[in-house]
Amino acid sequence: MKLWINGKEADVPWRNLYDAVRSPQDGGYTDQVVILNGYQTRENLPLSENDEIIVIRKGEMPGKDELEQMLRARHTPGVYEKIRHARVAIAGLGGLGSNIAVSLARMGVGHLHLIDFDEVEPSNLNRQQYRLCHLGLPKTEALQKEIAEINPFVCVRTDCVRLTEENAASILQDDMVICEAFDCPEAKAMLVNTVLAECPGKVVVAASGMAGYGSGNTIHTRKVMKNLYLCGDEETPAQPGRGLMAPRVMICAGHQANMVLRVLLGELDE
Amino acid sequence: MVRINGKEEAAAGKTIAGVLREKGYQAERVAVERNGNIVPKAAFGDVCVEDGDVLEIVGFVGGG
Repeated sequence: MKLWINGKEADVPWRNLYDAVRSPQDGGYTDQVVILNGYQTRENLPLSENDEIIVIRKGEMPGKDELEQMLRARHTPGVYEKIRHARVAIAGLGGLGSNIAVSLARMGVGHLHLIDFDEVEPSNLNRQQYRLCHLGLPKTEALQKEIAEINPFVCVRTDCVRLTEENAASILQDDMVICEAFDCPEAKAMLVNTVLAECPGKVVVAASGMAGYGSGNTIHTRKVMKNLYLCGDEETPAQPGRGLMAPRVMICAGHQANMVLRVLLGELDE
Repeated sequence: MVRINGKEEAAAGKTIAGVLREKGYQAERVAVERNGNIVPKAAFGDVCVEDGDVLEIVGFVGGG
């Protein structure tokens, strides 16, 4: 039977997973993680032709090729192949954008275009994917470094610039899907209007309403226009006494990242 | 009748700017789609909605 073991083809007579890796009784699984076709398991699952098995030794830093195989192993088969060549722009790298970017990088979206004009400061740390070591850095650079530590196989392009009506279409020209992840409502409207009017065929995944600590269940994703999806509760602005907090901002960013994935996979909601 | 955000309303003849004002939207914070096409902000004062139009108005609130 032909199997793929840590990315290498092997012709072996095995029938079940314990033929390939040591069973728990033999001390396996204490020092290793086993992934069969994207699914982490400890069971003695039956094997079929062309199955992909990844065995990761805990605590060991793998080489670059091996690492790529290991990261790929956790991507759901069929999904990674479709998203590895995708180009997604993230406009605004605050609470929404930094969390969206990290999610997409973890999934293995091939090309991320990070856009923000600002730098990391302490008030960002309550909800954004930055750490003390990033203070003072441009957000584009800080997030690029962070992504390189999570999934070094993602191609990251950065633009430390303020998107405007004048420059947005040209800066975003290579990107298929654009995440609107700004803070200010006028900037949100500007970006959505500019991309929808000037860039036919591009899809925008925008956000509105995620401040405070109201129920997370009010945050939703909705197709609102031909090429526009909107995530959020659509009504709760940040204001004095009702700030932006990690949980709801991350729920909303999760909605946006998931909608980006669905768009890339052709799962277009109505 | 004009279908605005899924609801039939007697808005034919009004400008987009007029519709936005009546509904309490700020023009700087919205995107408006009329019959499947985005309406540029600069045209809000000129474009009148007609009987049978389908209008989608998305208002943005702050936070991100």
